[in-house]
Amino acid sequence: MGEAIVITSGKGGVGKTTTTANLGTALALQEKKVCLIDTDIGLRNLDVVMGLENRIIYDLVDVVEGRCKIHQALVKDKRFNELLYLLPAAQTTDKSAVAPEQMKKLIEELKQDYDYILIDCPAGIEQGYKNAVAGADRAIVVTTPEKSAVRDADRVIGLLEKEEGMAPPKLVVNRIRSHMVREGDMLDVDEVASHLSIELIGIVADDDEVIKSSHNGEPVAHNPNNQASIAYRNIARRILGESVPLQQPDQQQETIFTKFKRFIGISQ
Amino acid sequence: MKMGQNVVIKGTKDGLTLQLNDKCAYNELIEELVEKLDTVTNDRQDALITVTVQTGNRYVTEEDKEILKNVIRKRQHLVVEDIKSNVITLDEAVRWKEEEEIVSYAGRIRSGQVLEVPGNLLLVGDVNPGGTIKAGGSIYVMGALKGVAHAGCYGNDRAVITAAKMMPTQLRISNHLTRSPDRYDEEEITESECAFINEADQLVIDRLQVLKYLRPDISTFKGGF
Repeated sequence: MGEAIVITSGKGGVGKTTTTANLGTALALQEKKVCLIDTDIGLRNLDVVMGLENRIIYDLVDVVEGRCKIHQALVKDKRFNELLYLLPAAQTTDKSAVAPEQMKKLIEELKQDYDYILIDCPAGIEQGYKNAVAGADRAIVVTTPEKSAVRDADRVIGLLEKEEGMAPPKLVVNRIRSHMVREGDMLDVDEVASHLSIELIGIVADDDEVIKSSHNGEPVAHNPNNQASIAYRNIARRILGESVPLQQPDQQQETIFTKFKRFIGISQ
Repeated sequence: MKMGQNVVIKGTKDGLTLQLNDKCAYNELIEELVEKLDTVTNDRQDALITVTVQTGNRYVTEEDKEILKNVIRKRQHLVVEDIKSNVITLDEAVRWKEEEEIVSYAGRIRSGQVLEVPGNLLLVGDVNPGGTIKAGGSIYVMGALKGVAHAGCYGNDRAVITAAKMMPTQLRISNHLTRSPDRYDEEEITESECAFINEADQLVIDRLQVLKYLRPDISTFKGGF
């Protein structure tokens, strides 16, 4: 029996879809059987980020309305051997095409076959959010260190805590620019975490490679050397129950060269 | 009432032709047909005889056609090949027109939009990724096709898809499907292309020029120039 995790944020553009794609990839790299569900009906993106857009035949709405079987709609990620699947959202209709009860039923069915079901939630707290949260066992809230994103994350955490039968949500702080944090132009991770007061499960640096990889339809988590990739892989390991210490991005970035510079006093 | 005039049976080298009176009542017609057919004797017991029914200016519904077919089929060795009528309903005529005509649309089909026509589609513009165009017949795109195109969507294998810039996410013709390579080099696509189902029952893409030979019926122009 698998576990369903919803990835949500309230605010748009903080990296829910990127996080979903990369956590799915990272979990599949750990030999887990993973199904990603895009619930952003009408504005789907997860398929594009995963590079699977051209393989879509049926979608979530087709499944829910009984036009096809679930397995017909699932798109297999060719980079894995039967480990990672995507259930794409419909593009031609809107959130009202699906009801929370239908999502619940669908996810119950998928849990039989998969270790993890990652649900990519749309921005907002309306119908789409309700659909995404309906079948989830736990939640990951993604935020960036910006006041507006933190405000919305706070609102969403409040809503998630009211959901019955859901474990307390975990926090991912995304897109940290260490030089801005250092100069005090951006909230730092501790401020965000203490403001939201939920357990921090990951810190991801703002990295050009993330944008580049989603442009190419290949999640950054495939790259073993990138700092963002390592951060996502660590989150995946924490989801699996391993205890991996949290690292601030500037610690991750520290190379022998910067250590040396600090040693001779050029840089702090 | 003149009996015996409602059904005329003619023998041709292709089989029997039944000419049915289009003025009398339908049940009278059927009664007489039954009588007449009883008089038909088949010399060669093993050979099947094909029957063409001509109903003239009478409109025959699908239900009536079934009755007619059953009456004829009851005689041994008679096979109904066709029921011909001079009349069709307005609905059928409209459907026929829709299937045959080329609907044109100028504009860009964006992500999430679906443009569907019962006949052939001429799109003067582009289809963006995530956009869909569907047609009962063929699809001709004057711009760049980057989304999904589904030609012959009610099951027409002869339908084709053409595009000035063929770089679709997916092409579908009837119940055949093909997806794009995972990356396009936009610079490389300089020629108009067409997609069709080949003899091996595969959806393939080729130069636009081959279409003239593969689907000559696309040209509806009559006469010389």
